[in-house]
Amino acid sequence: MSTTPLLRLSGITKHFGPLTANDDISLTLHQGEMLALLGENGAGKTTLMSILFGHYVADSGSVEVLGLPLPPGSPRAALKAGVGMVHQHFTLAGNMTVLENIMLGTEPLWGFRRNSARALAKLDSFMERFRLHVNPHALVRGLSVGERQRVEILKVLYRDARILILDEPTAVLTPQESDHLFATLRELVNQGLSVIFITHKLREVMAASDRCVVLRHGRVVLETATGMTSAEDLAKAMVGANIPQATRTPHPPGDEVLFLDGVRASAPDRGANLEELRLSVRAHEILGIAGVSGNGQTLLADLLSGLVAPTGGNVVLRGQTVSRLTPATMIRSGVGRVPDDRTGTGLVADMTVMENLSTEIYRLPGFSKRGMLNFKALASRAAQLMDVFDIRCAGLGAPVRKLSGGNMQKLILARVLSQGPHLILANQPTWGLDVGATAAVHQHLLDAARRGAGVVLISEDLDELFQLSDRIQVMYQGRLSAPEDTATVDRARLGLMMSGQTFDHRGAA
Amino acid sequence: MRLEPRESVAFGWQVGAPLLAVVAAMAICSGLILWAGASPLAAWGLLLKGALGSTFALTETLTRATPLIFTGLAAAVAFRAKLWNIGGEGQFYVGACMATWLGTGMIDLQAWLMIPFLFLSGALAGGLFLLVPTWLKTRLKADEVVTTLLLNFVVLLVVNWLVFGPWKDPMAMGWPQAAPVVDSAMLPVLVPKSSLHLGFILALACALAVWWMMRFTVWGFEIRAVGASLKASTFAGMPVGATIVRTALISGGLAAMAGVSELCGVKGYLTLDLSPGFGYSGIVVAMLAALHPLGVVLSAIFIAIIYIGADSMSRAITISNYIADVTTAVSLLTVLLAMFLTRYRIRWK
Repeated sequence: MSTTPLLRLSGITKHFGPLTANDDISLTLHQGEMLALLGENGAGKTTLMSILFGHYVADSGSVEVLGLPLPPGSPRAALKAGVGMVHQHFTLAGNMTVLENIMLGTEPLWGFRRNSARALAKLDSFMERFRLHVNPHALVRGLSVGERQRVEILKVLYRDARILILDEPTAVLTPQESDHLFATLRELVNQGLSVIFITHKLREVMAASDRCVVLRHGRVVLETATGMTSAEDLAKAMVGANIPQATRTPHPPGDEVLFLDGVRASAPDRGANLEELRLSVRAHEILGIAGVSGNGQTLLADLLSGLVAPTGGNVVLRGQTVSRLTPATMIRSGVGRVPDDRTGTGLVADMTVMENLSTEIYRLPGFSKRGMLNFKALASRAAQLMDVFDIRCAGLGAPVRKLSGGNMQKLILARVLSQGPHLILANQPTWGLDVGATAAVHQHLLDAARRGAGVVLISEDLDELFQLSDRIQVMYQGRLSAPEDTATVDRARLGLMMSGQTFDHRGAA
Repeated sequence: MRLEPRESVAFGWQVGAPLLAVVAAMAICSGLILWAGASPLAAWGLLLKGALGSTFALTETLTRATPLIFTGLAAAVAFRAKLWNIGGEGQFYVGACMATWLGTGMIDLQAWLMIPFLFLSGALAGGLFLLVPTWLKTRLKADEVVTTLLLNFVVLLVVNWLVFGPWKDPMAMGWPQAAPVVDSAMLPVLVPKSSLHLGFILALACALAVWWMMRFTVWGFEIRAVGASLKASTFAGMPVGATIVRTALISGGLAAMAGVSELCGVKGYLTLDLSPGFGYSGIVVAMLAALHPLGVVLSAIFIAIIYIGADSMSRAITISNYIADVTTAVSLLTVLLAMFLTRYRIRWK
């Protein structure tokens, strides 16, 4: 690595009002290198990459590509210099084909016709060279998340990028898709491209990167070859202290709190239909639902949230068959629901912390009387929950939109757990959260189970399921496998079941 | 050029920016006045004098503001719940028709009973009328922007038929108008020898009531939550359907009260020109007020000042009173832009 670095950031500083997002950050990237940019949420990773790509202008510092300075604030110049960015939230037009999406923006605006044949040939050559296959004529709307990401990467490659920046690329992927992605990235690097990926998942850093840079509070706190460090050291550098770990104390299960008896359900746009689901959760127990996304987990979560009614079978809560499934009846029956989509479904992003803590209880006596809200009671309850659940925000009146992901999730947990639920549905509860917040969420779920709640934990992260659950069932194409004890289950076999091989859905009792 | 959201906005700017925007709009319109060959300063002076310069002018302005407060509140409530009620004009006439039907002799009570009775029944009719497109929206996903807008024309045609046909007043010398409402239905005048009537007080009371409801009640909380996120309110188990129906009843009711107020406060009988587009102007009023119920009062008065003032200005100098339409339109654009800029900042390059 003695040659001129391909990319050099020096002394980048960026303030947002009183907040210092980046504080004198310098880093280099060499050709054929995979660099991981690691840090907790809010450490300044995304800001730094946005500056590199020209979305933001740094207050000071410079960006050089192959020794030539890049004009600040110009995504076009960054593109021209060969810097391409794959955003966390994809920027594809769903009603256009893959090829059209890739060509979008590369054609002259006032051209009379598009040279699709040449574009297709170029795209084909890229797909061949990097072994990144997508049907170029498929509509993007119909693609899976993993395929969409491949389109995003192809889009960047098509523009002759030499440096790929990926912002939290695995946040939306299943483990299998993640593995696939990193194989692809390795291929790109082997062929001479360079990759920076932003992440807070230590496993990915250790498994995939050549070198890693850890940011904390906007500063570089560690820069090292990945081979010279360990996951523990990285975590320590990232959090600035030893990472908290949730601890599980096994507890004998109590009475059955949820029983699904041959439940069927279907809904458009929700992946697989649910077929003859059988599952049983007892008090003090955490039941893990494993599976690759799109196999019906969303529909199961919607069903237990009361958003979707079953078309067949029975939902039995603490021995009572539920006849009318609505969100309100589920809340009243003591079901606490933690949705996967925090900002869209779980919270009203434009309303305040206090209002969001109140959305499920404001009609209860004590919180409203003859149609009038009792602000005093709501505020004191909210202040107490903020304190107990360590929700960090500017105050009760702060809009939820401004909270970090971790604090949003703590808010939802506060709302759910404060009602003393008998059953908790947690769908991807740590999705996109940093290490500290993940540990806090895990601890809250374990504590709730210890206090006597049954928990249905839907997750695509096997590590999480193994860490928390007592039993695991695998979901595949809308069916559930028989439950297995976490202590004795074979991880490899679960993996096979998740991919549909040796799947057995005799169901639970 | 890029937009960056601002972290926080001082309260002073939130109030000050729309006011500056209005000044900017007047500056822009000054160009037109210059073009027409008059002095902008003189023109604006005449306009302000014409709208506020005397007791009479002031009462005229507040009289004009009255229906705008009602229709502005109607739009503000509905838009807050993301129920896009563009049908204020139609609901206005539904209210006026109800008051005509009940108030031209069918029922005669003492004034202190008659007036609330007409307002309530008018509001009920307007609210129920808005339930039709609301039902189409919730059941069939029919876009309420289209249905409420088109229903305006349906209502106008029905009014047209009524005043030319069954309701035509035989005493009106052939004019297409309905019979006048009974004396007990006429709203008392607040200032002697002016047209300012009780409707203005009712409008202010409605503004306060709506503000109070939105801020302090369960219903207001639900309306705001449903408007801010239908998905999240559904998930939280809120009575979403009931909230939308409630919003429609309140919004349609408020717009219809504008019709009752104009009918019983100003004209006394139903004609086809009872409203010069009060229902549509209500949307502008609500947007200028950023959907704040108390802001609606201010923006309604502002628009009334422009219209009343422009009439008097155009009589004094040779500038068409169309300048009022231009000024309100430009103000709307500048205020929307100003409110946008209080939330985002522009980064050049």
